Amino acid sequence: MKETPLSNCERDFLLKAIQEKKRLDGRQTYDYRKLKIMFGTDFGCCFVELGKTRVMAQVSCELVAPKENRPNEGIMFFNIELSPMASPAFEQGRQSELSVKLNRQLERCLRNSKCIDLESLCVVSGEKVWQIRVDVHMLNHDGNLMDAASIAAIASLCHFRRPDVGIQGDEVTVYSPNERDPIPLSIYHMPISVSFAFFQQGTYLLVDPCEREERVMDGLLMIAMNKHREICSIQSSGGIMLLKEQVMRCSKIASVKVSEITKLIMKALENDKTARKAGGKCGFAESMPQERITALKKDETAVEMTDVTERANDIVLNAEVLPQTSQSLLVPLPGMGQVGKDLPNSWGIEEYDQDEEEAFNSDEDKQTTMEVGEKQKAHDVVEISDSEEDEVVILQPEAMDKAHKKTSSSSHLKEPAASKKRHRK
Amino acid sequence: MSSFRCFVQCGNMAGLELLSDQGYRLDGRKSTELRKVQARMGVFAQADGSAYLEQGNTKALAVVYGPHEMRGSRSRTLHDRAVINCQYSMATFSMSERKRRPHGDRKSTEMSLHLKQTFEAAVMTQLYPRSQIDIYVKILQSDGGNYSVCVNAATLAVIDAGIPMLDYVCASTVGFVDETPLADLCYAEESGGVSSLALALLPRGGQIALLQMDARLHQDNLEALMDAAMTACKGVSKVLDQVVRQHLQEASLATGD
Repeated sequence: MKETPLSNCERDFLLKAIQEKKRLDGRQTYDYRKLKIMFGTDFGCCFVELGKTRVMAQVSCELVAPKENRPNEGIMFFNIELSPMASPAFEQGRQSELSVKLNRQLERCLRNSKCIDLESLCVVSGEKVWQIRVDVHMLNHDGNLMDAASIAAIASLCHFRRPDVGIQGDEVTVYSPNERDPIPLSIYHMPISVSFAFFQQGTYLLVDPCEREERVMDGLLMIAMNKHREICSIQSSGGIMLLKEQVMRCSKIASVKVSEITKLIMKALENDKTARKAGGKCGFAESMPQERITALKKDETAVEMTDVTERANDIVLNAEVLPQTSQSLLVPLPGMGQVGKDLPNSWGIEEYDQDEEEAFNSDEDKQTTMEVGEKQKAHDVVEISDSEEDEVVILQPEAMDKAHKKTSSSSHLKEPAASKKRHRK
Repeated sequence: MSSFRCFVQCGNMAGLELLSDQGYRLDGRKSTELRKVQARMGVFAQADGSAYLEQGNTKALAVVYGPHEMRGSRSRTLHDRAVINCQYSMATFSMSERKRRPHGDRKSTEMSLHLKQTFEAAVMTQLYPRSQIDIYVKILQSDGGNYSVCVNAATLAVIDAGIPMLDYVCASTVGFVDETPLADLCYAEESGGVSSLALALLPRGGQIALLQMDARLHQDNLEALMDAAMTACKGVSKVLDQVVRQHLQEASLATGD
């Protein structure tokens, strides 16, 4: 399904706000959204919430034959699923450009940077090695899928435990988790990607764009780093022209963000470990006691309430006096009330007034009779008679002006157009 | 020379020294030297623009069709500019092991996307609304720096087709070994676990159309590496400029100007 196009006024509003250094959700230019990392009951299951973007990663392992040219190394396999539940634009089964891009970026970020010791995954050289498979599923797309996916993937890899293997001569025994404790993977470093969105041909940049900002951006720069300030991957996309200084600046910002995020991941891992050791229940169900994990929930926002009453009183006192509009209620017919003025009938059809006119209150009548009197003084051409059938109205420019004045000062249920005729009873 | 060695696919290159003490690389180049570039434009008569480019042992063919009417999905027509459609493929005989799937695999699709992004930045697409420009690149022999050679070949092909661009798009792949940036990597250097940076540059303005880096590199070395890449690109742009002028001279001689 094609996604709803962004309207021009929305686009203009977003770009103008960015020019004034304002973002939709009130963040600063270099601020990340609220990041939450949770682990499931199985080892290797991780759930990341970056603002409203939700991503889930699961790591699994299998014994397979190794590749021919690398007989003593394990195999890493990454897969990002853009499931249709994340956004109406994602289609099931089709490998869209975005899917290829995200997959390749995650592969380059985690595989080429050699974050995991693959040789430790070898069981029997040339015959059996562990194949580690990381599946990342997008659950909700609210911008910056790449960052959320990289955080989820590396956190789940850190959380994962593989079964222990015993080798006795030619025999290889794989112990189940009940027999022997599973062992964690040996991870050298944690590469985390940070995305920068560029606007107005590179004049403005934002960190962690949300979905709306992504729609109006010119291009994206993704920098993956670890906390030792080593750059694992850089990728620019979207047809923007960058300058060297911009790239250097982005890498400095990225190093700060990555160290913060790494601390958060370590803390989440620690919490999970203590929870498991204590024997308490762990997993998604426990990480959110009141609300369900699958529900959209809004966090409480703090509102400043210190001197609200004084401020409100000040505003009321200093406000301008509103003009007094007389909103007298008209009751043309029993059961029908009218307040305010009607717009002139622009259909151009002559309408026949009916007996409702009778119900006009005396003020209106006086007003209109006054004006009729004026008009008749000007020229005695327009005749106002009671008969409905026979109406002769001669329009003259002055008559038209006077007629317009009449319509503005009295209210009618049905109003005729330029041709003015009035029944006065 | 050592070109044969480059084709041998080794899992562990620790034995071979990528940069010797005297500053010479595997194929005898210095760290800032580019490989020999040979190019020819107007290789095919059927296409609007075509070019063949060799950089060392990496050989690429680029063909451009367009601008022409939008084919395929009409819904992708852009009302104010042309759509650029790129396809990157490697010949099955291009590497030492026969490549089983030249199109459609993730790496080729990613390369095609990168090429498209590079040329969307450089080609003046606003001059051709509601039309399509196709760029097809094929690697005939792969010896490292695939992306850069493709970009350089495609630039020549686009110029041969007469499509206006903002500037030459030059690309080169640089690596970082022993605190020294190496310009224009060959296959042996690339697979040796060296951090490689591919950069596509518009030389006159110094604007980067595409930046891609793999493998670990400390942040402090990034600037040096980018500078080396930009210098290499500027060197390539001089060569491409020479090729274009020579081609024009030959063409004008042929038409008897």
